[in-house]
Amino acid sequence: MAQEHNHIISTIVENKPGVLYTVSNLFRRRGFNIDNISVGPAEESGLARMTIMVRGDDRTIEQVVKQLNKLIDVIKVTRLDPEHIVTRELSLIKVNALNTKARSDIINYAEIFRARVVDVSSESLMMEITGTSEKIDAFICLLKPFGVREVARTGITALSRGAKSVKVDE
Amino acid sequence: MARMSGAKALTEALKREKVENIFGIIGGALLPIHDVLSDSGIRHIIARHEQGAAHAADGYARASGRAGVCMATSGPGATNLVTGIANAYLDSSPVIALTGQVNAYSATSSYMIGRDAFQEADIIGITTPITKYNCQVKSASEIPKAVRMTFHIATTGRPGPALIDIPKDTQTKIEEMDFPSNIQIRGYKPNIEPHPIQVKKAVKLLLKAERPIILAGGGTITSNASPELLQIAELLMAPVATTFMGKSCFPENHPLSMGNIGMHGTRVANKVILEADVILAIGTRFQDRSTGTLDDFCPDAKIIHIDIDAAEIGKNVDVEVPIVADAKVTLKLIHQQLVHRIKKKEGSPWVDRVKELKDKFLSEMDFGEGDLTSPKLLKELRRILPKNAIVATEVGQNQMWAALHFQTYKPRTFISSGGLGTMGFGFPASIGAKVACPSCPVVDIAGDGSFRMTEQELGTSVTEDIPVIVVILNNSMLGMVAQWQRLFYNRKYAAVELGSLPDFAKLAQSYGAEGTRVGSLKEFSAAMKKALKNEVTTVIDVPISPEADVFPMVPPGKGLKDTIAGM
Repeated sequence: MAQEHNHIISTIVENKPGVLYTVSNLFRRRGFNIDNISVGPAEESGLARMTIMVRGDDRTIEQVVKQLNKLIDVIKVTRLDPEHIVTRELSLIKVNALNTKARSDIINYAEIFRARVVDVSSESLMMEITGTSEKIDAFICLLKPFGVREVARTGITALSRGAKSVKVDE
Repeated sequence: MARMSGAKALTEALKREKVENIFGIIGGALLPIHDVLSDSGIRHIIARHEQGAAHAADGYARASGRAGVCMATSGPGATNLVTGIANAYLDSSPVIALTGQVNAYSATSSYMIGRDAFQEADIIGITTPITKYNCQVKSASEIPKAVRMTFHIATTGRPGPALIDIPKDTQTKIEEMDFPSNIQIRGYKPNIEPHPIQVKKAVKLLLKAERPIILAGGGTITSNASPELLQIAELLMAPVATTFMGKSCFPENHPLSMGNIGMHGTRVANKVILEADVILAIGTRFQDRSTGTLDDFCPDAKIIHIDIDAAEIGKNVDVEVPIVADAKVTLKLIHQQLVHRIKKKEGSPWVDRVKELKDKFLSEMDFGEGDLTSPKLLKELRRILPKNAIVATEVGQNQMWAALHFQTYKPRTFISSGGLGTMGFGFPASIGAKVACPSCPVVDIAGDGSFRMTEQELGTSVTEDIPVIVVILNNSMLGMVAQWQRLFYNRKYAAVELGSLPDFAKLAQSYGAEGTRVGSLKEFSAAMKKALKNEVTTVIDVPISPEADVFPMVPPGKGLKDTIAGM
């Protein structure tokens, strides 16, 4: 068995209804696993950027890229080099804060992780944190003893470092 | 710019694409289109089932090399096309499907699709995995561009089916129409020209090769590369094996022709390819039915793989020289560079070896016991038919016998469902082929099981005066499955005996076609000659032994080296 790794694929697609279906359907049909996916408008209007994290060996990833390239609504597909990218994920975390001690502990942890408190109630705090997936995992792990009520994560988004860009050629 | 209805714009756009025929069945959601289409000069051929319409469009496309068009109404009409679309997808055939859809907007402009109206089906969702491209128009003025895009995408690069879903209200709305002639699609730019360095590498490898073989697939036919293929083969004195989809791209009466490789390939093709040191593979996807188990497929040979679809390269086999480009353009370049550096070979140990093997296996070929066997019949059929005749097949034993024993000489004269293996494809496809090539005789080689899946298209063939000849190799069985049960399931028959069969001759006659049953090879010849002369739709029912097997065969899960000649 060839070695499986996580790979991040950045794609520029037509920003129109059905594109997400077409892309996710391709993954389902060919048995590729999406670990996570994030979608949003790209720098040019009418286009969207999909950042897809997929697990597999090199041959699988090569097929993913080639098959994505075949989709008419997919304009550009790039495999990002893990050594030269910035990846970020945003997460909202609602955690129990039932007494003053818990509240101040959580706020201390938040400062260390550069998370922010975005909502407060008498029983809970909502934190916002941005960073790599590992950092968010670690933060959530730390909050667990207090009782994590809800977590919403955006999934990973990424760009390559430096001036080089994944853009559409005219 | 001109003002017209969506239906009118559709027919105008189709005429600009040089569409002359549409195979289809009308329905509620197509009424506005048919109202205009009937005066447009485009011929609408009524199929008896939408699956037949899709297969006919496919047969038309394969015989002509142009897009074939089918049309069906919303809901069940559209879903009945699905098998035909999937079939075209797996065989890379440019079929355009037009489907009616329920109204997109109500009179008060609220969006209506998705409310499960009468005869509403999400055909876009359903066909996304089996089309190269599909789209639903939301307003009348989108129709001309949708047609241009769909035809462009379906017929260029690696061809494939495409679908336009047309809500009924967009057909009647009158809007300003703009008919684009050229369109830029940012996400779609097939690569035609090969990379010069890759061509050089291929040439170098071919010059060094001691035992070269050419493996020609369906892409050779799609890109009309047969003349270039012949030139290179003769220059290199390289044997040419075809995949099932490549059959007809190389004249099979040529000394260098090896026939098909694969599960039911010829013994010589399956042997020779394993002895080759360099394989020039053209427009093939190395599918399991062609290669057998991949570990045993030419492990030491170096492969040059030409394909217009980058995703096919490296998908199943490792390749020494990948070339993503059009086959015809690439072969021309390879030939140009070879011709300066090679003297036409008269002979070589490899050529002698290939000839020796071919002669040996030909002399051992088994045509079966008795007078009227499928192999003997197909040999006789070839003798009777002119070279330009088109043969379609159904799926199963009939298909594999045809591949083995019916020689083809010209590209696009062998039409068969290779990828999906759709029983019932051959008959409607032969109707489509006949529409594309009215001056060529068209014969469907059928089995009794397959024919019954689309036999109602006899109505189309007779009513529309599209005469084709159906030869039913009738063993009252689902013969190929029965063969597997004989070989691999201890002869235990399950769900393969069809029991009471119709009298196919009478069935044909009841539709107004000719029908006859023959009992000997001589009677078959006479019936065939009569059918060719009469030019009316004819069904020739040929009883064959239910015990007859197709051999040679590579057992499932085995490699080409394990080809068995017979029992």
